[in-house]
Amino acid sequence: MRLRTLAALIALPAVTLAANAQSVDLTGAGATFPYPIYSKWFSDYAAKAGVRINYQSIGSGGGIRQLSEQTVDFGASDAPMSDAELSKAKGGKVLHFPMVLGAVVVTYNLAEAEKTIKLSGAVLGDVFLGKITKWNDPRIAALNVGTKLPAKDILVVHRSDGSGTSFIFTDYLTTVSPAWAAGPGRGKEVQWPVGLGGKGNEGVAGQVRQIAGSIGYVELAYARQNKLSYAELQNASGAFVAPSIEAITEAAAAAAKKLEKDTDYRVSIVNAPGKKAYPISSFTWLLVYEKMSDAGKAKKLADFIKYALKEGQASAPALDYAPLPGNVVKQLEKRVATLTSNR
Amino acid sequence: MSSTPLHGASVGDRIYRVATTAFALSIPLLLVLLSAEVAAAAWPALKTFGFSFLTSSRWDAVAGEFGAAPAIYGTIVSSVLALLVATPLAIGVAIFLSEFAPSWLRQPVAFLVDLLAAIPSVVYGLWGIFVLVPLLREHVMPLLADRLHLGGTPFFSGPAYGPSMLAAGLILAIMVLPYISAVTREVLMAVPRSQREAALALGATRWEMIRGAVLPYASSGILGGVILGLGRALGETMAVTMVIGNRHEISASLFAPGYTMASLIANEFSEATNDLHLSSLMAVGAVLLAVTLSVNVLARWLVWRVQRQGR
Repeated sequence: MRLRTLAALIALPAVTLAANAQSVDLTGAGATFPYPIYSKWFSDYAAKAGVRINYQSIGSGGGIRQLSEQTVDFGASDAPMSDAELSKAKGGKVLHFPMVLGAVVVTYNLAEAEKTIKLSGAVLGDVFLGKITKWNDPRIAALNVGTKLPAKDILVVHRSDGSGTSFIFTDYLTTVSPAWAAGPGRGKEVQWPVGLGGKGNEGVAGQVRQIAGSIGYVELAYARQNKLSYAELQNASGAFVAPSIEAITEAAAAAAKKLEKDTDYRVSIVNAPGKKAYPISSFTWLLVYEKMSDAGKAKKLADFIKYALKEGQASAPALDYAPLPGNVVKQLEKRVATLTSNR
Repeated sequence: MSSTPLHGASVGDRIYRVATTAFALSIPLLLVLLSAEVAAAAWPALKTFGFSFLTSSRWDAVAGEFGAAPAIYGTIVSSVLALLVATPLAIGVAIFLSEFAPSWLRQPVAFLVDLLAAIPSVVYGLWGIFVLVPLLREHVMPLLADRLHLGGTPFFSGPAYGPSMLAAGLILAIMVLPYISAVTREVLMAVPRSQREAALALGATRWEMIRGAVLPYASSGILGGVILGLGRALGETMAVTMVIGNRHEISASLFAPGYTMASLIANEFSEATNDLHLSSLMAVGAVLLAVTLSVNVLARWLVWRVQRQGR
C-alpha cells in the first residue's frame, strides 16, 4: 500500500511534465529588447490559431547559441549573426527575418538648455571618444545656435552589460565617425574610451537622470515610457530628426530601397538616407533554420511569421516599436514560403 | 574508530554508513568537477593570452583581446575596503550585544542586524543607486576631498560622479556586516563566565576585562567570522555591478569607477557569442575561484596560527 502511494508520487511529476511538453508547440530564445512585442504576438496568436509558443528572453547571445545547438526551434537577436556564427549552426542554413524596428535615443541631463539639444554623428562620436569634454564646446554650440550651453563637463554613460542596444549605437558611431571606426568599433560590448557603465537601460537612465551634464543612450521604448529628454540627431540628408515611430519606419523604407534582390536581411539601417529618417534605427531579427527536421513545426513557425508580418505589425506602435514598411513586408512574405522541413 | 564492521552490526548500520560517506564525498567531488569544468572552458583563453590575461587592462571584445587585471584588482580592493569598514562596526555591535545590552534590547537588535543578511542583493543595489550613490556624490565625497583636504592624496582625487570603488566597498560592508557580527556575537557569548570573573577579580574594569580576557579568547572565532564575510564580499555580484561604474581601469582613487570579476561575468556572459570571449569569461571565473580558494586557505592558516598562540 505504502509502496503504491510512493509509486504514484513518483509518477505524478512525470505525467505533468509530459502534459507540459504537449502544450507547447514551439520554443524560442533570444533578445530581450523585442520581448514585449513578441510576448503580445505569442499570446494573441495562441488565442487565434491555438499554437502555443514559449519564448525565453535570455539575450541575443544565448539565443544564437541555443539555436546553433538546436535546443530551441527559433532564435531572436538584435544584431545579425556573423558568418562565423552562421557556419557553426548545427541545423544548416539560418535565415534572418526582420520582425519589427527599434531605435536608440541619445538621452542627456542638461537643465540649462531650454531647447532640445541637436547633435550630429561626428560630434556624438567625439563626445563618446572623449575628444569633446564640455557642453559649450564650439562644435556643439554650432549645432545649437540660440540655445544657452553651460561650461559643464560632459559625463558619458554607457551600457556595462552586453546588449543589442550597444550594438546598434556603436554600429551608428562606426558608420558616421571614422575615428570611432578606427578605435572601439561596433559590438555588443566594446572598449569604451571614457565614461561610466550602467547595467541595463535602467542603469544608464538612472545615472543620466542623477548626474548633471551627463549623456547616455537607451532604447526608444524605455526613453518614452520614462519620459527622458532626448536629442535630435542630424541624419544622412542633413536634417535634424527627433526619434519617432514614423521616423524609424521611414529609415527602414529608405534603406529597403537599396537592398539587393537576394538579400539575406543581415543589413544595418543606421544613418539611412531619406529626409525624415531617424539615423539610429535597426531591425530586430527572428532566426530560423531554412529546413527544420519537424515538418509540423516548420509549418507552424512559418504561419506564425506570416501572422506577425501582417496582423502583428499593427500592435507595434502601442508598445513603442516601429512597424516594418510595406515594401519590406511584401518581400519577407515571399521569403517565408521558402521555409520547409527536410523530411 | 575502526573501519571494520562490528560483529553483528545490522544491515541498517551498514547502509547508513555507506549513505553518509557518499553524502560527505559528494561535496568535494562537486567542487572538483566544477573546478575541472571551469578550467577546461577557460583553457583556450589562458593559452591564447598566457600570463598577460592577469596583467593586461585591455578588455576589448571587438578586437578579441582580453585582460582581467582591473577586475581582479577591483574584486580585491572592494572586498578589503568592505572588511575595513565592516569589521570594527560588526565587532562593536557584537560586544555591545553580548556584554552591555540589557536583555530586553539584545534580542530585537540582534534580530535586526541578522535581518540585513536576508535582504536580496538586488534591493541593496537599487538602494545603492538611489540613496547611497547620490549621498556619496553630494555630501561624502565633497567632504572627504574638500573639507578634509584629502583631495590631494591619490586615494580621494578625481571627479566625484558617485558610482565608484568607494560605493562598492560601502555597500559590501553593509552586506557582510551581519555575517561578521552574528559569528562574533556567538563566539563572545561562548566565552566562559569564569574567564570574565577571573579578570574582574583581578581588579580589571569592564573594558579591561573585554580587551584582556574576552577578545583574546574569542579571537580565532572572530577571525573566522571575518573570513566568512570576506567570502561573501568576493563573490557578490548584483549590488556591486549596480554601483561600481563598470570601468576596465585600475585607479588608485576610490572615487574612480572600477570593475569586479563577478560583475564582469554577470554583465557579459549572456551576450557573448564569440568563443574566445566566452572562454575569457570562463577564465575570469577560474581566477575568481582561485582567488577565493587561496584567500580561504590563507584565512584557515591565520585561524590556525591564532589558535596555536592562544594556547
